[in-house]
Amino acid sequence: MVTDTRLEAELRDLAGSVPDPELPVLTLAELGVLRGVRVDGPGRVTVRLTPTYTGCPAIEAMSADIERVLHDHGVPEVSVVTVLAPAWSTDDISAEGRRKLAEFGIAPPRAHGADGGPVPLTLSVRCPHCGSTDTELLSRFSSTACKALRRCVACREPFDHFKEL
Amino acid sequence: MSAALALGDDALVLSHRLGEWAGHAPVLEEEVALANIALDLLGQARVLLSLVGDEDELAYLREERAFRNLQLVEQPNGDFAHTIARQLYFSVYQHLLYERLAAGDGEFTGLAAKAVKEVAYHRDHAEQWVLRLGDGTEESRGRMRSGLDALWRFTGEMFQPVEGLDSPESGVDWAALRSSWLVAVTDVVERAGLTLPAGPQSGGWAAGAGRQGLHTEPFGRMIAEMQHLHRSHPGASW
Repeated sequence: MVTDTRLEAELRDLAGSVPDPELPVLTLAELGVLRGVRVDGPGRVTVRLTPTYTGCPAIEAMSADIERVLHDHGVPEVSVVTVLAPAWSTDDISAEGRRKLAEFGIAPPRAHGADGGPVPLTLSVRCPHCGSTDTELLSRFSSTACKALRRCVACREPFDHFKEL
Repeated sequence: MSAALALGDDALVLSHRLGEWAGHAPVLEEEVALANIALDLLGQARVLLSLVGDEDELAYLREERAFRNLQLVEQPNGDFAHTIARQLYFSVYQHLLYERLAAGDGEFTGLAAKAVKEVAYHRDHAEQWVLRLGDGTEESRGRMRSGLDALWRFTGEMFQPVEGLDSPESGVDWAALRSSWLVAVTDVVERAGLTLPAGPQSGGWAAGAGRQGLHTEPFGRMIAEMQHLHRSHPGASW
């Protein structure tokens, strides 16, 4: 087995810089879905990717984008494999990713409890428009499976909330 | 392999039924919610069926008798309350079952650990609607009661041990699963101001042999529609 950690780190940065197809303000690295990049041999690379939700249709676009970026970087053989375990969690979204989500108008997910248990319902979700914590749930499911639809009671604007998983 | 088929077919068939709501849901938020739940289930079905063989061939080219899903999930949508009753019965079952599979060390551990978090939202969605409809108007209460009653006889089948998950090593104690399910469903139904249906869950006139490939009449029509495009235009893409 050929190992070149410097090359792998470089390719990992490249793959990680690919924007998420549904939330283009985030990169795949910030979303936390890139699990690893391995150089299998000269010109042969395997990328491990995990879906946010099992049925997330964006995974195919992500795979194609990673392949294209690495091809353009001179890697002829790119294989993107999907891994399910350990399951992705919204806690895998980086601090920078959370900041970008809020800036984009999507309330970022709250952190899970230290025991990995469910998020306490008393923790409020802040309106990404006016900053009020007085917001209400309209629907547990929004434009994509990973988001819930909420409304700000203060400024009356509806907004998406990246719900905790 | 047979367990992957049983669980995969449950997810696939319910996903298709929920997809039938597209364009027909009572409000836009529910249109989106039901489609999202359907998508989660479809993703789970793809993983499970891929453990058995080619996912497309399994979904689109099998005959009715080769499907191993529960009869509950193939039942027609009915009105919204009827669909919510089916969601309550199934999502509580799936949540409890996948929790056990996720805690084990078998071939489904990875998928179950992932899916159980998705299903927790399906269960919450169903429970909130049962409470809202049961504790709503006379009309909504009546419809919720009818939905729960009509589907009750399909619930017994859920607790017949799935082949391949019937040994102690599988981590699933089916009798315990049944009692946990009954406690959880009773709690929601009673909080909604309703009572648990009185009829038998299985046996006698009650239904339940989907796991053996015996399905109810509406299932044939459902898969005719589901498989029509693929059978008419093999390999079609757009």
